Amino acid sequence: MNCIVIDDEALARTIISKMITSHPALNFIDEFENAMEAIKFLNQSTVPIDIIFLDIHMPGFTGFDFIQTIKNPPLVILITSDRNFAIEAFEYKCIVDYLVKPITEERFLKAISKIEAKKNTLPSYLERADVHVAQPTDTATEFYVNIDRRLIKINMASINVIEAKGDYILIKTEDKNYTVHSTLKKIEDKLPVSSFLKVHRTYIINIKKIIDIEDNSVLIAKDVIPVSRSNRPELMKRLNML
Amino acid sequence: MDKPNLNYINSLSGNDDVFKQTIINILKKELPKEIGEYYVQMDSSCFLKAAEIIHKIKHKISIMGMEKSYYLVEEFECSLKNQSADFNAELKVAFDQILCTMQDFADSL
Repeated sequence: MNCIVIDDEALARTIISKMITSHPALNFIDEFENAMEAIKFLNQSTVPIDIIFLDIHMPGFTGFDFIQTIKNPPLVILITSDRNFAIEAFEYKCIVDYLVKPITEERFLKAISKIEAKKNTLPSYLERADVHVAQPTDTATEFYVNIDRRLIKINMASINVIEAKGDYILIKTEDKNYTVHSTLKKIEDKLPVSSFLKVHRTYIINIKKIIDIEDNSVLIAKDVIPVSRSNRPELMKRLNML
Repeated sequence: MDKPNLNYINSLSGNDDVFKQTIINILKKELPKEIGEYYVQMDSSCFLKAAEIIHKIKHKISIMGMEKSYYLVEEFECSLKNQSADFNAELKVAFDQILCTMQDFADSL
């Protein structure tokens, strides 16, 4: 299980990191002295994170603020110096346990056992990906995809083509491709009809990105996309023909 | 006042002397900074910020095994969170003494 540590105290980070690296089931990925740095990391990293060791009391942006900010947070073990710790922690289903500083190895191992038990009882908890669109389709210019629990913004205008691949869709943009756990139908409903068209059972294209059309295929960037016979008339209707 | 000790650090480190020294080095580096910051905030009557620094120092108090001091400092932290100059002056004196003891101990490591 991949772990990160978020704590503004170097001492606490060092102690927890040591405990993580000593545990055979845990893989220490990185540590952060504030929540904002961690959010940036989660947005950019391709490494899936399974557990966050999160300090509650950090200046400016608390651990609870952090949890409320990230969509689909991984499992969280809170770290606190407050011995009379509030029950607030258990209002969040991602929080599995909390450790009071100074953390003992025995207590740390107990928290990891709870994580393992939770993962076993909730196998679907750590879902790999999902799509979240925040705005109404016609006015939205972007949407967010959840990949390995990181929300990644995709500008709709940058999309070339979207291809169905089993339970996933492959979103090809001008500079990057994203594999997202979703369906073509689901994303089609979210895209502006003025720019996007389903041209094949497994393809939605951005009409504005068409380079040329030949017989039953369109060229978008370097991809030749098939156009089914039934969808071709609609495609032709959408083109601004001379 | 209870005396600081290395029991927790020793227990955590086991035979890992490198890790033990890393912890001690961080302690020696962070503690004087935090103490200095605490006094700056108190002198500026920024009691809430002072309380935040005390919160960090509390961890070091528990790492140094100063169990009784911990509760006293917790009480002082709470009184400062009210952001009023009406905090318990006796607690402040006691806390200042705790800081001196901690710093002396860190210097001896």
